Amino acid sequence: MTVNKLEVRNVSLAFGDHQVLRDVSIHLKEGELVCLLGVSGGGKTTLFNVISGLLRPDEGQVFLDGEDVTGQPGRISYMLQKDLLLPYRTIEDNVALPLMLRGVKKKEARAQAAALFAQFGLEGTEKKWPGQLSGGMRQRAALLRTYLFSQNVALLDEPFSALDTLTKSAVHEWYLKVMEDIRLSTLFITHDIDEAILLSDRIYLLMDGRIGEKIVVQEPRPRHVEFNLTPEFLAYKRRIMAALHAQG
Amino acid sequence: MIRKLPNTTRAKLPGIAGVAVLLAVWQLVCVSGLVPSYMLPSPVQVVTAFVTDAPSLWENLLITLQEAALGLCIGVAVGFVFAVAMDAFELLYKIFYPILIITQTIPTVAIAPLLVLWFGYEMTPKVILVVLVTFFPVTVGLLDGFRGVDPDAVGLLRSMGAGRWQIFRHLKCPWALPQFFSGLRIAAAYSIVGAVISEWLGGFGGLGVYMTRVKKAFAFDKMFAVIFLISALSLALMALVGWLERRCMPYRCVDEKKRRNK
Repeated sequence: MTVNKLEVRNVSLAFGDHQVLRDVSIHLKEGELVCLLGVSGGGKTTLFNVISGLLRPDEGQVFLDGEDVTGQPGRISYMLQKDLLLPYRTIEDNVALPLMLRGVKKKEARAQAAALFAQFGLEGTEKKWPGQLSGGMRQRAALLRTYLFSQNVALLDEPFSALDTLTKSAVHEWYLKVMEDIRLSTLFITHDIDEAILLSDRIYLLMDGRIGEKIVVQEPRPRHVEFNLTPEFLAYKRRIMAALHAQG
Repeated sequence: MIRKLPNTTRAKLPGIAGVAVLLAVWQLVCVSGLVPSYMLPSPVQVVTAFVTDAPSLWENLLITLQEAALGLCIGVAVGFVFAVAMDAFELLYKIFYPILIITQTIPTVAIAPLLVLWFGYEMTPKVILVVLVTFFPVTVGLLDGFRGVDPDAVGLLRSMGAGRWQIFRHLKCPWALPQFFSGLRIAAAYSIVGAVISEWLGGFGGLGVYMTRVKKAFAFDKMFAVIFLISALSLALMALVGWLERRCMPYRCVDEKKRRNK
């Protein structure tokens, strides 16, 4: 049996009287792209805060490569909802920040980051300030920063929700391509059903702090944006909408 | 066809023109005899007084500048320490914030004589007064900056394994820079005024002492000369802070350019 890259086992968490997570168990295999889909306020971000170690669950554990990392930040890459590029650091220094925090010398950290700029379509932005970049480019930079922190597991919280529809479609296309190259095991949150089906291998529906249905998207990778125009795509969409409706 | 001026100079033109018109009107009022010249000297007379008394002004200016600069430096250091401590420990914040506010309600003219009585006529009471008036804007500016840090950004750094010190160094400090400089600009202006007031109320040298001397002599032209000198000094100090600000925050210049083009 292969060990799961990431495993969340029976996690529960309450804020005061409010039970946010109820016995949540999910897993992620090497190289997989798994999605948590659900309405806002359904506990998705809280679950990410638990997995990243920022919050300690009341019950349950988080395992990374079989090792218990519950409540230990600094092990799993986490990209929060906003790009959070620091306005006072150039793009290269923003991207290299996780390396510098780990004690890598500035020059060395920049060099490591520079090697990946082209792959992420960011060449030429090294010396720019975040304020000079478009939303799509900022998102790429944030993703590169996430990747530089750890090539292990990445948590992406609504990575594309801040982008307008047209930009989003372009970024999806780009993202699918990059993911084929870097094969990062990724768990991401979205409330966009189309995005979930297009990008993920598996979809967990998270409703009211509980994992509802689990949907496996069989479509082989690499995928293209045209996938969301096929009957198969619509079948998945119908299934998810029915499940959300039944639960809600 | 006039030569095209750089953008920044052109933006300042209306302001410069305003000051020029004001001076021209003043000169006209004096020349026309509307106000007797012993009560209100004309700008030209003021400039003459400035030139003839330059050595004495220069000598006193150096004293004031020294007190203001020393006081400002100590004030900034004290402000920084206060802000960091109050940001790190909520209890300290609760204890000291009200006290800080109270210190600022005490009028400067009321403490200055006390300081003279306690510390004598030398430099010490002047520097202390400057510290008292300058640390506050710096403390408040920095505190606001520290407390305004995006909690998500803190979460991001923590998720990258950053400790308290790293969060302070890489996030809080640079994040608070804009507010720090707003505070510093006010503190810089206060530092000169603080030093002058303190000299005015007792001392052996400095622009404040010079002012009391020329006042007793009813030398209005010299009074105005020293007033202008003090304004110019404050402006120069604020310009210096502005320059420092642009040096420390080059990314802000980019933002401003973007805004202006919109």
